[in-house]
Amino acid sequence: MADESPQEIRAEALESILIEKGLLTAEAVDDVITRYSEQVGPMNGARLVARAWVDPQFKKQLLTDATSVVKSFGFEGGQVEKLVVVENTNKVHNAVVCTLCSCYPWAVLGLPPKWYKDPAYRSRIVMEPRQLLSEMGVRLGHHVDIQVWDSSAEIRYMVLPMRPSGTQHLKEEQLAELVTRDSMIGVEVLPGKPS
Amino acid sequence: MKGVHDLGGKPGFGRVDQSGAETVFHDRWEAKVFAMVGAGSAAGAWSNTDRFRHAVERIDPEAYLTQGYYGRWLGGVETLLTEAGIVSQEEITVRAIARGASRKDLVAAQPLSSPDPVGQPPSSIGSDRTIVRAPEFKVGDQVRSLVNAVSHHTRLPEYVMGKRGQIVMHHNGWVFPDTNAHGKGENPKHLYTVKFSSEVLWGKPGFSVCVDLFEPYLESVDG
Repeated sequence: MADESPQEIRAEALESILIEKGLLTAEAVDDVITRYSEQVGPMNGARLVARAWVDPQFKKQLLTDATSVVKSFGFEGGQVEKLVVVENTNKVHNAVVCTLCSCYPWAVLGLPPKWYKDPAYRSRIVMEPRQLLSEMGVRLGHHVDIQVWDSSAEIRYMVLPMRPSGTQHLKEEQLAELVTRDSMIGVEVLPGKPS
Repeated sequence: MKGVHDLGGKPGFGRVDQSGAETVFHDRWEAKVFAMVGAGSAAGAWSNTDRFRHAVERIDPEAYLTQGYYGRWLGGVETLLTEAGIVSQEEITVRAIARGASRKDLVAAQPLSSPDPVGQPPSSIGSDRTIVRAPEFKVGDQVRSLVNAVSHHTRLPEYVMGKRGQIVMHHNGWVFPDTNAHGKGENPKHLYTVKFSSEVLWGKPGFSVCVDLFEPYLESVDG
């Protein structure tokens, strides 16, 4: 028991009480793990990105009404009542945050990584994004305008990353495998492939 | 409300630690907290997300910054279950001590002795609502966000208070968190995305920040 944190012990104490009161089942935790490890995750957003890279009409639709697009794909997981997709280009780099809590488009990206919810990212990305992105491996020239989206209401944001160079021969399914979660938050630029 | 949760632009937090980013739940207890949030909501301890967010904002500030996202959620769910009278903190503490905890452990939850009413259940699924009143602003308008140091739950971040920006999107009507979190009704308001330049926010060039703000947070700026 010595390696359990006080939060862990308290969470399990509360869980046992709720189970006794009939408000929670012991299986609920496994349902949560299955749902958010296997069914909901960044593979959903990656499908949208790959389709947008190969289909200009779809891309236009994604950038103007992502909410309808997500509905048509039937992604579960919630938190996309209204989704806005913003496009990275050679001139504009977008990044997403929630400074007040940790809002995130679950249905397309899954549950957020730990760093997204930590104070360092939430405090700094709106104040010194160029420096912070550089520390996270994204070095942007000064000609690139940075646009940060702070999800302070129920609108959720996702970045459409630039298609990497050297991928002209790849099919949509192969392209989807190249798309990372971090590139759709806007803290990674996808590396080009040797052609 | 002012608080440690309002992190935008706050100094001193250092580098972003990206380790362990590929794991959805780092430990099983984190998924248990996730499940308990669903259970607490289903049990009627709270009726909407705004209220849950407010409960998380009200936890012990040290716990907020040190116990991680699921530690914060645990504080939120314990706060609301306790305020609803479904469990007592002493009941949880006694059980935790039996499992090896100490009475000296920092407990995140800080329930109020006379909490807000739980309020009505949502009038429909989600948070977007039909709103009859015409919007006060349109895309392209210059606005200023209020200096709004309120004690209740709000979604106006401190770093944009008093700053001038431009409306870049209008999202029609949405449930107003400032009342909804306190059981005072959905009170839908027009919602806008407002773009603030880095010059206005921080006095330096090179970027801008878009923030989603409800109409009552904004005033018009002439010219």
